[in-house]
Amino acid sequence: MNPMQVKIEEAKSKGKVGLIPFLPAGFPNREQFWKELEQLDKAGASVIEIGMPFSDPVADGPVVEKASLKCLEDGINLTWIFDGLKERKGQFNAALLLMGYLNPVYQYGLDKFGADCKAAGVSGLIIADMPLEESDFVKEAIEPHGVALVPLIGLNTSKERMKLYSDGASGFCYFVSVLGTTGQRESLPAKIKEKLKEAKEVFDIPIALGFGIKHPDQLAEFEGLMDAAVFGSALISHIEAGNSSTQFMEPWQ
Amino acid sequence: MKKGYFGDFGGQFIPELLMPPLIELEQAMETILPTEEFQTRFTHMLKENVGRPSAITYCPNLSKDLGLDLWLKREDLNHSGAHKINNTLGQGLLAKMMGKDVLLAETGAGMHGVATTVAAAMLDMKAVIYMGATDVVRQAPNVGRMRLMGAEIVAVESGTKTLKDAINEALRRWLSDQETTHYCFGTAAGPHPFPTLVREFQQIISKEARQQFMDRNEGNLPDVVVACVGGGSNAIGMFHNFVPDESVKIVGVEAAGTGEPGCYNSAPLDRGTDGVLHGMMTKLLQTEEGQILPSHSIAPGLDYPGVGPEHAELQACGRVDYTTINDGQAINAFKLLSRREGIIPALESSHAVAYAIENREQLQGKSVLVCLSGRGDKDLGILDEIL
Ligand SMILES: Cc1ncc(COP(=O)(O)O)c(C=O)c1O
Repeated sequence: MNPMQVKIEEAKSKGKVGLIPFLPAGFPNREQFWKELEQLDKAGASVIEIGMPFSDPVADGPVVEKASLKCLEDGINLTWIFDGLKERKGQFNAALLLMGYLNPVYQYGLDKFGADCKAAGVSGLIIADMPLEESDFVKEAIEPHGVALVPLIGLNTSKERMKLYSDGASGFCYFVSVLGTTGQRESLPAKIKEKLKEAKEVFDIPIALGFGIKHPDQLAEFEGLMDAAVFGSALISHIEAGNSSTQFMEPWQ
Repeated sequence: MKKGYFGDFGGQFIPELLMPPLIELEQAMETILPTEEFQTRFTHMLKENVGRPSAITYCPNLSKDLGLDLWLKREDLNHSGAHKINNTLGQGLLAKMMGKDVLLAETGAGMHGVATTVAAAMLDMKAVIYMGATDVVRQAPNVGRMRLMGAEIVAVESGTKTLKDAINEALRRWLSDQETTHYCFGTAAGPHPFPTLVREFQQIISKEARQQFMDRNEGNLPDVVVACVGGGSNAIGMFHNFVPDESVKIVGVEAAGTGEPGCYNSAPLDRGTDGVLHGMMTKLLQTEEGQILPSHSIAPGLDYPGVGPEHAELQACGRVDYTTINDGQAINAFKLLSRREGIIPALESSHAVAYAIENREQLQGKSVLVCLSGRGDKDLGILDEIL
C-alpha cells in the first residue's frame, strides 16, 4: 500500500481526518521552509504536499501563485528540493507528495524524477495540468519507483471519468471542492456532497478534499464522505502574517 | 496518431476541471460545424460582415524595387482589421449554437480582443477580454474600441503582463465560468481541439488566396508563400491549402526581438525546445529547468513564448521553413510598404513583408505571396516613439 494511504488510514483509525498541508518549496525562505516542514510533521500531518514552483501556474489562485513565483526568484528548483529531502530522509513521519506542473518535471527527465523521488522518500505526485488522457507516460516512468500519480477530480467530473481515474490509482484521490483555482473561499459549493458520494462509490482509496479549505469547522458537513483535507492558501497566508505552522495546525487536532 | 496530436506535438495538457468543457467543445465541433445551418450562417457572416473574399493585391512599386513579384493577401481589409475575425465569428457562432452567452478571450495586440467583441456584439453575447497590463498601454486604440463595443476588459498584472499571462488568467476564469462561457481562443495553439478548430476557420485565407493567385497568374502557383508566426493562426490559415503543393516553398516568420545577442525574442520554433505550456506539447522559450522565459517583440501580437503545435510538426517534418525577422527589419518593412504602396501593415504582418525585403537576393524573379494579416493603425502609437 502506498505510504500516503497508510498515513491517511492511520488518522482515520484514530477517528480523525487526514491532514494534508501544502507549502511551495522554499517558502517562506530557503531555511525556514525546512523548519515549517518539521513543524507540520510534528503537528500530525498525514501527508505533506510540497509545491514545485512553476512560472505559469494556471490552476492556482493569487496566494499560491505569488508564493511560488517568489520561490522561483530565490532559485528554488527540483535539484534543491530533492537534495534537501534526501538529507532529511527518514526524519518525517508524514508521507511526502510533490505537486506542480508538467513542464519542469518533463525537462528534469521523467525517469530521473521517479528515481529521485524514491531516493528522497517521496511517494506521490500531483501534476495540475495533466488529465487522464495524457497521463500514461508519466505513470509508466514513476510507478516502478513506488510513486503514485494522484488523480484530481472535481464537481464537473462524470462518474464515468471517475471510474477511469480510479483504475489502478493508489495513494489517495484529490477532490477539488470548487470550479476554480486554489484559494480560500468563505463557503463551499452545495454540490460537493453529492459528488463526494459518487467518488466514494468509485474509489477504493481515501478521498481528500482540497481547494478553498480554511478551517476544520468547514468539514463537519462532509463527515463520512471524505478522509483527508488539503489546505494551502490558508496556511501560506498564516505564515506570511508571521505565524507558525504549529499554531495553524492546532485547531485541526 | 493520438487524438489532438500533430506528430509529437499537441495534446490536452490542462487541469482535469477543464476537460469537460474541452470535450463538450470537441463534440460541438463534430456535430454543429458540419450542419447546413452553421455553414450557411457562417458563410453569410463572412460575406456580409467581414467582407470576404478579401482581395489579393499586387505591389508594383515594391516589386520593382526588390526585383521580385510581391503579392499580398489582404486580411487587413477584413472588418475590424485583421484575420482574427474569421476565427471569432466561427467560434462565436459555434458557442451561440452550443447555448453559451459569454465569449471569453485573451488578447495581445488587441486585434483578437476587438474581433471577439465584434462577434459578441453581432451574436448578442457578452465579451470578456483579458489583456496583459503592458499591452493595454501599448495598444490603447484597440482597448478604446473594445470598450466602445461593450467588452469587459481585465488588465492582467501577473507575470510578464503580456499575452502569456493573459492566457493564464483567461484559463483561470474559464475554470469557474465554464457553464455559461465559451473560451474563444485567439490562435491555433492551446489544448486540443483549439489548434484544429482555429485552423478550420482560418484556412479560408489560403483557400481564397490560392485560387485568386492562380486566376491572376495563368493557373500558376506562387513560388513562395509567407506569413508571420505568433501563436500561428494567420500562418496556419495561409499555409494549409498550399501544404500539398510541393512546388511552393512555405516560410513562417517569427520575431527575433531587438536582434541583439542575449535579448528576448518571440521565436520558439527557431530558438526554443520541446515542452508543455497552455495545454500543448510544443516548442517553447524556456530555461533548462522548464520555466517559461519572457518573450519580446515590438509587435505585441507576436510576443508569445510558445507556438501552435501544428507549426512544430510542420517544422519537424521539414515542410515549412521557419526563420526570424527582428524589430528593426520589421519597422523598415512597415515604412517601406506604407510609402511605396500606401498600405500600412500591422507590425506583426510587417515581419512577413520584411522576409521578402531581407531575402530579395535569393528571391530575384520569384513570385512571393505574403499574408498581410492585419492593418497597422493600432501600431502608430508604438511607432511614434521610435520614428
Ligand atoms: C495583425 C496580426 N497578425 C498576426 C498576429 C499573430 O497571431 P497569429 O500568429 O495567431 O496569426 C496578430 C495577433 O494579435 C495580429 O494582430
